[in-house]
Amino acid sequence: MSNILTVLIFFPLVAGLFGFMVNQKSIRAYGIAVAAAEFLLSLWLWMSFDTSAAGMQFVEKLPLIPEFGINYYIGVDGISLFIVIMSTLMTLIGIVALSIKENLKNMIITLLFLEVTMVGVFASLDVILFYLFWEFSLVPMLYIIGAWGGPKKLYAAVKFFIYTFAGSLVMLIGILAFAYLYHSQTGTWSFSLTDWYALLLPFDAQTWLFWAFFLGFAIKVPMFPFHTWLPYAHGQAPTVGSVILAAVLLKMGTYGFVRFSLPLFPDASVAYIVPVAIISLIMVVYTAMVAYAQKDIKQVIAYSSISHMGVIVLGTFAMNVEGIAGSVFLMLSHGIVSGALFLLVGVIYDRKHTKMMDQFGGLAYSMPTYATIFGIMTMAAVGLPLTIGFVGEYLSLAGFFKVSPVLTVIAGTSIILGAVYMLTVLKKTFFGPITHEENKHLPDLDGKELWALVPLVAIVVWLGVYPKPVLGPIDNSTKALVQLMHEKAQTDLAKQTISVSKNSAKEAK
Amino acid sequence: MAPITIDFASLNLMTLAPMLVVLFGALVILTIDLIKSDLDKTLYTTLTILTLFIALGATLSLNINERGLFNTILIDGVSVLGQAIIIIASMLFIPLALTKRKFHEFSYPEFFSLFLFMVFGFQFMAASDNLILIFVGLETASLALYTLIAMHNTKLAHEAAIKYFTMGAMASGFFAMGAAAIYGLTGSVEMDTIAKVFQERLNDAGILIPLIGGALLMVVAIGFKVSLIPFHMWTPDTYEGASAPMAGYMSIVPKISMMVVAMRLFGIYLELDIEIIQDVIIALAVITTTLANMMALVQEDVKRMLAYSSISHAGFVLIAIALDTTKGYSSFFLYYGLFMFTNLGAFTVLWVSRHKYNIHDERFHHPYSKFAGMIHRSPISAIIMAIFMLSLAGVPPFSLFWGKLYILSAIVDSEWYIVAVIMALNSAIAIYYYLKLIVYMFLKPEDISGGKVVYANRALSLEIVIGIAAFVTVTSIFYIDPLLSFITNLVGASGY
Repeated sequence: MSNILTVLIFFPLVAGLFGFMVNQKSIRAYGIAVAAAEFLLSLWLWMSFDTSAAGMQFVEKLPLIPEFGINYYIGVDGISLFIVIMSTLMTLIGIVALSIKENLKNMIITLLFLEVTMVGVFASLDVILFYLFWEFSLVPMLYIIGAWGGPKKLYAAVKFFIYTFAGSLVMLIGILAFAYLYHSQTGTWSFSLTDWYALLLPFDAQTWLFWAFFLGFAIKVPMFPFHTWLPYAHGQAPTVGSVILAAVLLKMGTYGFVRFSLPLFPDASVAYIVPVAIISLIMVVYTAMVAYAQKDIKQVIAYSSISHMGVIVLGTFAMNVEGIAGSVFLMLSHGIVSGALFLLVGVIYDRKHTKMMDQFGGLAYSMPTYATIFGIMTMAAVGLPLTIGFVGEYLSLAGFFKVSPVLTVIAGTSIILGAVYMLTVLKKTFFGPITHEENKHLPDLDGKELWALVPLVAIVVWLGVYPKPVLGPIDNSTKALVQLMHEKAQTDLAKQTISVSKNSAKEAK
Repeated sequence: MAPITIDFASLNLMTLAPMLVVLFGALVILTIDLIKSDLDKTLYTTLTILTLFIALGATLSLNINERGLFNTILIDGVSVLGQAIIIIASMLFIPLALTKRKFHEFSYPEFFSLFLFMVFGFQFMAASDNLILIFVGLETASLALYTLIAMHNTKLAHEAAIKYFTMGAMASGFFAMGAAAIYGLTGSVEMDTIAKVFQERLNDAGILIPLIGGALLMVVAIGFKVSLIPFHMWTPDTYEGASAPMAGYMSIVPKISMMVVAMRLFGIYLELDIEIIQDVIIALAVITTTLANMMALVQEDVKRMLAYSSISHAGFVLIAIALDTTKGYSSFFLYYGLFMFTNLGAFTVLWVSRHKYNIHDERFHHPYSKFAGMIHRSPISAIIMAIFMLSLAGVPPFSLFWGKLYILSAIVDSEWYIVAVIMALNSAIAIYYYLKLIVYMFLKPEDISGGKVVYANRALSLEIVIGIAAFVTVTSIFYIDPLLSFITNLVGASGY
């Protein structure tokens, strides 16, 4: 089955359209079945993926608008493969854990459409195709936040949409400018990423394009100071919206850095390591402090998301294999952990319709299983060794240590600050005496919640102890990517900073 | 003075075929009305569509780069494309007469023949490169159009028609003065002669001031007709007063025919590298797009919002003309071709929900609140309207995204990077008011105080038009390539 990737992208679309025919009562089973089938398809993709090869696999290329060099061009490598699998997994888990009653059918169909765009973004090798999926992903999310959100849902939904839309329009100009430069150098139009990789640009052009792309990605990540849409979106979104948003949609930004910014503009990326790192540090430290000040559990997790995304960006801009591979792994682990945490917040919100920490306390007595899983996820979020959070965070920071020890030390405080705010949540919510009478009889996790959360716990422990099956292919592809950047780099600074092997950095010195 | 000799071979009636077909159709309708008076509007509608269908065939089978009517008609790729868009837009528009409710204007057969006369005028504008003939075409079409608007026969429609008429008369005045200035400089009203004389006299002392002055008068005339800011004052009121299909029609056909004129005329200046003209047009376009978007943000009526939105779209495509590249001109036609379907679709949805009297709001026919909770009442209409809105906003994969992409690409290719960024960010402003309608339709609860959409006007022909528009909007990705190469070939063949 050579076109498995196309099937993977468009199966949810077809299923979503057919979903209109399914009866309201049976739609939940339909949604779970489709999402599970999609997840199994993505596992099949992994099984048939040649883990020793670094390049793009399952490549398909069909002309779409040949007049203008736009193709239907898709493929995955070690970097995107696992993000695709994570997207299908988190969609499945989001649908399993759905506790929404009203308009369930619309919700499930919207989630399936959203899944199309998520898989499409990560599998696209044509920049316009990427842009199509990237932009269209806003529409289902707008509907999810706007239709099932909290009291300020309309404000949050529209803010989310306009913010990201504005950023990506600047990126679109960047894309078109790149295509124009490609056209003026080669005489043909092309939007294929692999063609673009081969293009050498002068430093000036790289700088402008780098910042144009940066703006698009940075708003999505979201990087300071463009992060203000995220707490609103999370605060108002229904649980499943937050899960998908934190787990997958934010990753589109950081994935964009890895897939576009670094290999297309290696010199500019190296030249602007320091400003980007400083923005990331502000993100890491400032939002961690803001997280500590929150009273709403969901807001704590929302801000902690931003803080962790800062570490991911930092790792990406380390420009070496450890840093980039680590940040890709951190994308996966953050997706799983933050997704799980949002699910967990959703659990108590369903029971008590509040997310305020002071309404809880001593929940460990009444909901022991819940408290255990929350504890494990907290540890993973903090980055405790032997959990999934540790691997990526360690590698990202270790990678950036080669670039700047001082900045890495500051970034390292995020682990301490992370421990502070996450443990505070744990303490206030689960330990101490039960201060509110009604919390004594809160029911523990039910079947569907366990089905959603236990697999995530298993993954957190499995990949924390033995990350090699995932880290191996990521490492391979990252090496190829860094190799490419090294070859393309024109300035001496870039040649030195982009280190291909673990020893070359020392040799260069 | 040498005696003027006229060679009848240069009449070349074939170049006039599409226009003559339309003229003939209009006369047939008048004649039928003379013979028998109690015929139904369905007959006239069908006859109009058939006439336009034949005219479309005649347009597409024209030989490119021929001249006719004693050298005053120029059939190049641009005039074929312009006429094709005008005719297709008219064909999509005229079935909207077949509404369930009876509206005043459609009961007169004269409506249909006037309509065809108007199409005839617009075709002339697109096909001629003679300033006098363009003026005649402009006046024929405009006078018919004013009457068509007024025939809606409501207070607001009369206001709209008179407003449009006064402003239009002023614009015609500017056009005549501009043409006179150009004639004074060159002694000709033929654009190819004008171009030659300009070229020769470019180095004369003091020539630039009258040259640019003439062009600026033309800019004002064109600015009024395609409603660029600051010449846009009439637009929202006229759109509001006119019936929804008429407003949708006005947002496309008069603009495209005037844009083709602008393209031919300013093309001469751009060829000569008179940069100030390019700067003026681009500045006008940027101002138009940005201010119109901001004004659209605060509108309470969907139709007025769409009026401002069409002003901003006109500003957006104007840039493509000012670039003076093949890609720019092609992107202009691509954009308007796609815009036509989406915008007519959106206006038709408004038309479907139109009542004879205002029942939702004292002031407006289509306030936003009327559409609140539409998804619960009629999900398919809501989804289709949302698709039109997303397409107008330029969200992929809907049709206008490709137009936007191609225009932005043309701007970037000419290295107007800042302008490209401003235009792109304008889309981010525009998305707000398009989203506002989507938010009302999908996310707000139904308004119980009687503010619900009732499909008073629903009819099969309207549904078909909406269906065609929606189909074209959604499936754009599959036909953009052939369409683009068709347009690029025609534009390239006419030497732009």
